Amino acid sequence: MSLLDGKKVIIIGDRDGIPAPAMVECLKDTGAEVVFSSTECFV
Amino acid sequence: MDLENQNRVKTLTEKHGAENMLILLGAAEAESAGLAAETVTNGDPTFAGPLAGVQLGLKVYHAVEPEFKDAVNPDVYDEQIGMMEMVLDVDGIVEEMNNIRSEFCKY
Repeated sequence: MSLLDGKKVIIIGDRDGIPAPAMVECLKDTGAEVVFSSTECFV
Repeated sequence: MDLENQNRVKTLTEKHGAENMLILLGAAEAESAGLAAETVTNGDPTFAGPLAGVQLGLKVYHAVEPEFKDAVNPDVYDEQIGMMEMVLDVDGIVEEMNNIRSEFCKY
């Protein structure tokens, strides 16, 4: 079973690392559902 | 992790059930990834937010970890994350995430 199958995913991105929209794109067409995504700025 | 996001994690976990949740991080440094991972597993280490003292034990991964990379379309991964994967300290992030998961993850 995949890591993502049937999961409700919360994405906490980072403006200086991996922003949330990039991870959202990766999760399209997988068995996971993004329930919240946000990009934090640690500066 | 900022207080608003802690609140979101707490509320959505109550709604969907902790065993169904996956937290995905994009933090630029191993240290900040570790702090966020600790927050959603063992509770807010700064004791400032809604997750202070709340041990959710959620499954948590960073986007550069092989477990996530292997679970998604490799073309999309390269396009969206490939560049940052080359820049970030992947080994340091993987080690930090593994440490937190082995200590605090319940699922």
